[in-house]
Amino acid sequence: MADTDAVVRPRKKGLTRRQKRSLSRGAQYVVFVAAVIAFAVSADWGRLKNQFAQADIAEQMFPDVITLALKNTVLYTLSGFAVGLVLGMVIALMRLSSVGPYRWFAGVYIEIFRGLPALLIFIFIGVAVPLAFPGTEIVGGTYGKVALALGLVAAAYMAETIRAGIQAVPKGQMEAARSLGFSPARAMVSIIIPQAFRIILPPLTNELVLLFKDSSLVLFLGVTLEERELSKFGRDLASTTANSTPILVAGLCYLLVTIPLGFVVRRMEAKAQEAVK
Amino acid sequence: MTEKTLGGHAEIQVRGLHKSFGDNEVLKGIDLEIGRGEVVCVIGPSGSGKSTLLRCVNLLEEPTKGQVFVGGTELTDPDVDIDAVRRRIGMVFQQFNLFPHLTVTENLTLPQRRVLRRGKAEAARVAAENLERVGLAEKADAYPSSLSGGQQQRVAIARSLSMGPEVMLFDEPTSALDPELVGDVLAVMRRLAEEGMTMMVVTHEMTFAREVADRVVFMDGGVIVEDGAPARVIGAPRHERTRHFLSRLLDPAMAEVEEETSDQVGRSD
Repeated sequence: MADTDAVVRPRKKGLTRRQKRSLSRGAQYVVFVAAVIAFAVSADWGRLKNQFAQADIAEQMFPDVITLALKNTVLYTLSGFAVGLVLGMVIALMRLSSVGPYRWFAGVYIEIFRGLPALLIFIFIGVAVPLAFPGTEIVGGTYGKVALALGLVAAAYMAETIRAGIQAVPKGQMEAARSLGFSPARAMVSIIIPQAFRIILPPLTNELVLLFKDSSLVLFLGVTLEERELSKFGRDLASTTANSTPILVAGLCYLLVTIPLGFVVRRMEAKAQEAVK
Repeated sequence: MTEKTLGGHAEIQVRGLHKSFGDNEVLKGIDLEIGRGEVVCVIGPSGSGKSTLLRCVNLLEEPTKGQVFVGGTELTDPDVDIDAVRRRIGMVFQQFNLFPHLTVTENLTLPQRRVLRRGKAEAARVAAENLERVGLAEKADAYPSSLSGGQQQRVAIARSLSMGPEVMLFDEPTSALDPELVGDVLAVMRRLAEEGMTMMVVTHEMTFAREVADRVVFMDGGVIVEDGAPARVIGAPRHERTRHFLSRLLDPAMAEVEEETSDQVGRSD
């Protein structure tokens, strides 16, 4: 092989480029396998199994982990998503408005709620709001509070997504609608927004996954037994049994939902890619 | 009555129209009248302002100065209900601008229902009628993306017609089409002209202009250079600019040669 090479161009010293490439790849495999082996050998699997994989404790979690905890997680997520979607739509439209103060307000809202940790929003809703407005109750109790806290955070992200979606609809669509006699608002609702949502369905679904995980922050609100979601449920049981198996089970329950959702998002993105071609 | 209503039968009237984009003045004082049932083709080189003029007629572009009347209503009056006036003005775009998330029929019925508040059955009947008119009845349930450019443009014309307009504006309706698809669209437009529709057409189709138009308007540099019968403007243009434009359009290769020779010889006369 090297001989035929030599006929064409002068032979270089040392390795050819292909030889270098396969050597480098081989070295990477070796390092990777070595790291895995080092990790597997140094970990104390017996203790890990004791702490995280007790079958009887796992068994004892059912069916409540599904019928109560997972159900509440889904409920919190969906209500937060609904609030976020409505609020995000309003903020997005304000951001695109021709009225200066609307744009300004929307911009400030987005910066604030994207810049703050969701945890702080939860504490704010749980503590500051009852202090500031004594006697007022947030509708729906804990469920209302969670929907509001998650919704406020989600709205900031969704507003930017929705704005981008609306702006991605070709300008000619609005012009065609206006020249048919649609008012700007009616054109937005009937023509532009339906097209924008097709474009932003994947990122919105991603937001749903993020909210699903953020719903664990309910932990900091103080909830009744019936209002517990996966994280709180898992942690409570972990402390009563002095074992971490419930944490592992709760984690698996999250993955049960997030992995299929992620799969759906990738499918939608691939389909959208195809439509562009 | 005052300025607001016109005594004559001018369907479209443009008076002293100026339009600037920033420092760039695109229209430099346009006066134009189009009578009821008249078909006027606007021709001219790109950048001459002809599309901007057309878009000013239904106020898709806001004129910087001047007045636009359609059917006796002043569109440039700040208190006018522009949505109401636009219902009477159909507009056909170069890029068709069909609504891609709706079927062909829905493209035709949704505006009728939302804007004209027509009932479901009536909107569907009008839509079917107009699809028949442009020869696409069999595509009623198709989505725009499955149609050819020519079919999409005919659907766009049918969508405008479904609103019952008194005036139709065409903004280079065949410029985005493959050459073999142009004929079907022009045939639909020709039939529309024969039915007596008032039409203002920005186009590069000289054969269409010559055969269908009542008048041809040649624009260059933001002003109307010539305005007259097609046989006159296209057949025997008076202005050098018109002649130059037409010779380039009819034979782009020849124009270059002509230009060179006229540079050398033309100075003497």
